[in-house]
Amino acid sequence: MSELRQSPEAHEQIHHVISLKTYMAIYAALLVLLVATVLASELPISRSAHLFVAMTIAVIKAVLIMLFFMHVYYSAPLIWITAVGSIVWVALLIGFLLADNWSRDWLNILGK
Amino acid sequence: MSMPSTITPPDSGRQDLLHHFDDLEQQHLSSSLGMWFFLASEVMFFSGLIASYMLYRFWSPEAFHLASAHMDKWVGLANTGVLLTSSLTMALAVRCTQVGDRKGIVRNLLLTALFAVAFLGVKAYEYRVEINHNLFPGPNFIVPGSPRDPHASPGHAEAGASDHGEGGHGGGASDYERLRQASMVDGQVDEQEFSRNQGHFQLMFVFYFFITGIHAFHMIIGVVLILLFAVLAQMRWFSGYGQTQIEMLGLYWHFVDLVWVFVYPLLYLVE
Repeated sequence: MSELRQSPEAHEQIHHVISLKTYMAIYAALLVLLVATVLASELPISRSAHLFVAMTIAVIKAVLIMLFFMHVYYSAPLIWITAVGSIVWVALLIGFLLADNWSRDWLNILGK
Repeated sequence: MSMPSTITPPDSGRQDLLHHFDDLEQQHLSSSLGMWFFLASEVMFFSGLIASYMLYRFWSPEAFHLASAHMDKWVGLANTGVLLTSSLTMALAVRCTQVGDRKGIVRNLLLTALFAVAFLGVKAYEYRVEINHNLFPGPNFIVPGSPRDPHASPGHAEAGASDHGEGGHGGGASDYERLRQASMVDGQVDEQEFSRNQGHFQLMFVFYFFITGIHAFHMIIGVVLILLFAVLAQMRWFSGYGQTQIEMLGLYWHFVDLVWVFVYPLLYLVE
């Protein structure tokens, strides 16, 4: 294959080929986390604790998928900025909504 | 170089460089960045839906809790596994473009499409069960156990609940009864609260059908594109084994998987 490329270095910068072993390990980790989140939903804990556990596991799965299946880990800085930026917007949206929802009853304002 | 794919001799395996790019790296980065911008807009679209779902859930926790007990989490578990597997085969297809394995590309793309269709089939089965239980929002929606419910006898209500793998629905009280209990203020039913709780019970299904429906719509688009790309890869239509094109398709597909990673626990699992 190497004679088809402009130079080995140039090609290396475009694609880092992730090994099959890594893909399988990520896949196995995702399946384990999936089973873990379902089993955790059977635990006798409070509703907010359920939400917290489920979302923590979902975030871990999402990070694994983004870093390896979507190759962000091996991508250019611009891709990192875009990927992280989209997460930041979601965090702002959810964060401020939750802050509002949580603190709404603090002040007894009419029509709150 | 305006029609690179037809000019390049088939199977050369070399990626064409379009004239307005400096080098292959820049060409590839441009495609990636465009796809990521699109995905960022998709993230905002789905997070708006999920955020409104969370707010209503905080407002009427009991109504949403009762409604989400109608989702079968074990079917959802199997389906999530199928979708994760399709993500793996898609990642392997992208890897095959990088190492120049054309048979592997086509095989993995077809496998991905197969898993995707399996997911959609199971989803359709779940929809059918819910629609048959009058749980599709609209004029035919019936809160189980309400006076409008044709199977309102207590025995039936309990059988209906255990149908959905929720044995812990103890006491045999119907959803209607439980919503009424959740609407008690000072030992009396607050009719306004009761009416709102029934509305929010139905609203859970609005969110459920809308979020999973939009997700399924994204998957249908994905399946069409995957099959198209499999044909094109088989025809040797792409230059350089379609490294860039199939990787972009892969990004889209992993994004669809990513959405489900959040949708599944939020709709099926959280209490």
